Amino acid sequence: MSDSETRDAGFDEWLDAAEEDRAYYLACPNDHGSLPPRRVCPDCGATELEDLELPDSGEIQTFTVTHVPTPAFEEDAPYATAIANFGPVRITGQVVGIDPADVETGLEVEIEVTVSETTGERVLGFSPV
Amino acid sequence: MSDVRVAGVGLTPFGNAPERTSRDLFAEASITAFEDSGVPRDDVDALLYGNFMGELSEHQGHHGPLMAEAAGVRAPATRYESACASSGTAVRDAVMRIRNGEDDVILVGGAERMTNLGTAGATEALAIAADDLWEVRAGMTFPGAYALMAQAYFDEYGGEHEDLAHVAVKNHENALNNEKAQYQSAIEVSDVLEAPQVSSPLGLYDSCPISDGAAAVVLTSEEYAEEHGLEAPVSISGTGQGGDRMALHDREYLARSPAAREASDEAYADAGVDPADVDFAEVHDCFTIAEVLAIESLDLFPIGEGVSAARDGRTTADGETPINLSGGLKAKGHPVGATGASQIAEVTKLLSGKHPNSEFVEGATTGVAHNAGGTVASATVHVLEVSE
Ligand SMILES: [Zn+2]
Repeated sequence: MSDSETRDAGFDEWLDAAEEDRAYYLACPNDHGSLPPRRVCPDCGATELEDLELPDSGEIQTFTVTHVPTPAFEEDAPYATAIANFGPVRITGQVVGIDPADVETGLEVEIEVTVSETTGERVLGFSPV
Repeated sequence: MSDVRVAGVGLTPFGNAPERTSRDLFAEASITAFEDSGVPRDDVDALLYGNFMGELSEHQGHHGPLMAEAAGVRAPATRYESACASSGTAVRDAVMRIRNGEDDVILVGGAERMTNLGTAGATEALAIAADDLWEVRAGMTFPGAYALMAQAYFDEYGGEHEDLAHVAVKNHENALNNEKAQYQSAIEVSDVLEAPQVSSPLGLYDSCPISDGAAAVVLTSEEYAEEHGLEAPVSISGTGQGGDRMALHDREYLARSPAAREASDEAYADAGVDPADVDFAEVHDCFTIAEVLAIESLDLFPIGEGVSAARDGRTTADGETPINLSGGLKAKGHPVGATGASQIAEVTKLLSGKHPNSEFVEGATTGVAHNAGGTVASATVHVLEVSE
């Protein structure tokens, strides 16, 4: 975890866009999806990557409720973390707006950038559609 | 191409020694390994040393020369960092260097000091094995990542927490007479099921402990061993390494470890053995689910069947393919940078009849060591055999 005020180019712009409901993914000419910051498609090595709009919702493929967090999430626990499939990419996020005990595989979610109750830092989150 | 012999092995006790520096831990392991090998320190051509979190736990980088000095070795030294597979990758490079004739004698090993960080600090340190931007900042912990895989496994192939509990019970049982093990205490299935949750579905007893410790192994060429009359009947006959996307969500499978399959395919082919030839294995069970994924990746059990192997007695000490006779990471402990080399030490002792659990693998000729980094974005597999 970076402890400076310095932004992480590529990643923080993505969070900015997600906060404005403009989340995107990187697409190569061979239709591989990936997440920034990235200059090369990890699947095929293509270097012409284009920002494309991320589908509005994704489906939770697996999840966990974390009771023993890292110090950066001390005040947030217990919280649910999930991997959601948005089609061209899968994303890991913290599930908010629902009781962690009710999170399940197949749940439809959308991106919602939230903040850590512990640090106030932005956290990539999912909320049920 | 030279056969690579294991001339000597050394382990510190694994466990809670927060005040001990990694240089002290590694020195102890190296002394034991040199004594066991009969190889003079002056003959060492290189030190390859695994460590993961020294910057965080000891404010120490540049471990190579520090550890060479600690071991009393005057030779070029390099640190290997591949998260929990750090010393597995060091062993692999040592094997390749001896095989291609570059070196005759290599001291390889690793150490980790962890418990001085406390549980929260160690959890934070272990998390850096994941993608910081896309996983850690979303709150994913290391146990959380394996919990995501466990849940995905249950959904895809079936199985339940009670199946995993049998893995923990088995590995504690195996460690009962391992004097170096962190836990030498039996547990029951109910202990696992009733333990506090760490990251659902995994609880405290599904998780390996936080450990301090070191491992050292003296490897030599076959020619060196013969010239010097070493008693070194065990050889590393196969080595393999696999890799995968860093973040779990970028992998093709959430409930399989293709990097470990890649590593084992390569190691088996290298050694000229089949999975059916494997008599026993030490695998990277940082969490109970990890043992399941490991034995499937090693092709010792079909995909989807690994989960019930411990419960059905197929991987217990008296089962068809004993897994983690040392107690595994779960009970022996997991000083991250030492783990891969410690598995080589355990397999060697098991094959040469010098292990407290050797009686369970009497007559065995082939053992395997499986070491995994992160959520298995890195994996090494080594095949060890008793030479004629
Ligand atoms: Zn591509």
